[in-house]
Amino acid sequence: MKQKEIELLKLLEKNGRIDNDTISKMLDLEVAQVEEMIERLEKEHVIIGYSTLVDWSNVYDDEGVAALIDVKVTPVRGLGFDKIASRIYRFPEVKAVYLMSGSYDLSVSVEGKTMMEVSRFVSEKLSTLDTVLSTTTHFILKKYKHDGIIFDDGDDKDKRIMVSP
Amino acid sequence: MSSEFLAQHVEALKPSGIRKFFDLASKMDNVISLGVGEPDFVTPWNVIEASYHSLEQGYTAYTANAGLIELREEISHYLQETFSLHYHPETQILVTVGASQAIDLSLRAILNPGEEVIVVEPCFVSYGPAVSLAGGVPVSVSATPENEFKITPEQIEAAITPRTKAIILCSPNNPTGAVLSKKDLEGIAEVVQRHNLMVLSDEIYAELAYDEIASSIAVLEGMDKHTIVISGFSKSFAMTGWRLGYVAAPAELIAAMTKIHQYTIMSAPTMAQHGALEALRNGNDSVIEMRESYRQRRNFVVKALNEMGLTCHLPGGAFYVFPSIKATGMLSEEFAQRLLEEQRVAVVPGHVFGESGEGYIRCSYAASIKQLKEAMDRLARFVTEHRL
Repeated sequence: MKQKEIELLKLLEKNGRIDNDTISKMLDLEVAQVEEMIERLEKEHVIIGYSTLVDWSNVYDDEGVAALIDVKVTPVRGLGFDKIASRIYRFPEVKAVYLMSGSYDLSVSVEGKTMMEVSRFVSEKLSTLDTVLSTTTHFILKKYKHDGIIFDDGDDKDKRIMVSP
Repeated sequence: MSSEFLAQHVEALKPSGIRKFFDLASKMDNVISLGVGEPDFVTPWNVIEASYHSLEQGYTAYTANAGLIELREEISHYLQETFSLHYHPETQILVTVGASQAIDLSLRAILNPGEEVIVVEPCFVSYGPAVSLAGGVPVSVSATPENEFKITPEQIEAAITPRTKAIILCSPNNPTGAVLSKKDLEGIAEVVQRHNLMVLSDEIYAELAYDEIASSIAVLEGMDKHTIVISGFSKSFAMTGWRLGYVAAPAELIAAMTKIHQYTIMSAPTMAQHGALEALRNGNDSVIEMRESYRQRRNFVVKALNEMGLTCHLPGGAFYVFPSIKATGMLSEEFAQRLLEEQRVAVVPGHVFGESGEGYIRCSYAASIKQLKEAMDRLARFVTEHRL
């Protein structure tokens, strides 16, 4: 992939709201070239979507709960883990699913409004799947850093002196 | 302010023109400062953590005068890998308190009273005063905008007298961002060798060159004997506050500088040296990332300035742009002061870096893209209101 495309992707990954005019100046391109590049990368599914990182703990009364669930499964002949993964990741309360090396197979990230809601999902939906052997649920107590961004990063004041040689 | 106890040569030193803008800007609210001569990044975490660790381990004593030998070995290795410079860690490298101390030591080590040092302007504000404090006489030579602020061998030759001892070069340059190419340096090296001069090569911005690797004059044939390489961790690793630099030079010179260093400083801060060790061992990814970010911001600022009618060439390095403000008919000082008062953007007027900087301003793009955008909007408003 071309250098400028990589730079563009890195900029958008860090800030999905950066405008095309700014990008064009930073990458020494025309605005039309940037538009065309983004459109193409979207079409090619290199850019899959744009999202906003929200610290819900700062939203009034709507903290919710999140859990990471270790899932052991029996792989299906001919289909491996993909089949069972797809059964799991289609539930809307599932935010992420990863195939893992080590003592369990799938790591499933689940979010719900209450602990009860998450527990019910695990006991009624997840552990009842044929191929699921066992689940271990870990509730997240506090998020410090997510997707490379530190949630409460102290004061972000510029600590440099105003003018220096 | 005066006192009968002051030494005359110190009293004669003029305070830096930057001071005034610092005082003005510090008293105002909502100022976006493009006047800062240091990175906006915080030091990479692994460097901070390594320094913590060294303190926890009890490394709180002096180091060898010349600096930790492990650090000098890493510097030697780094100079070789990055810039093809060969310096022996035991005899040709000295760890200093910032590149500023390295400049001071170099000048004090080589100058006899009254000897001249050619200072290429526009330049970092300390060179001239450092020469004076070391008993020398600074002789200014102006790099001109017509040659993209690069000094020519002919200009240097014209300034040489029988008393000339050395010349101070800085590439990539503060304040212009100009980078001397290998070809530019070859021309200068020829003059330097013919007149048997010493070059103080301030390479503090060497890692921040965006279009090609910045070459050191010391790599040129025969120039190792005529060059003192000055560098440090401040700009490339975002470590300005750590005050850690180094000087690499022929062994006799390093021995002389170490003598002065030993009697005046003892050794550079130990915890900073441990941080620097980590920076050289595992900091290259951070340098690459910061360089890419500076390059993008440089592109952004140069485009924005040219669009608003402040002509500005694309500088090859450092984190400064040096646009012409002549279209407004104002002098640098007036421009900078009114810009600060009317639009709350701090820049440094070009003349404080030397006569040939008149008609220009220095804008640092070591600021977030969000701040740069706002600063460029305000600057554009100012220019529109005041265009001739």
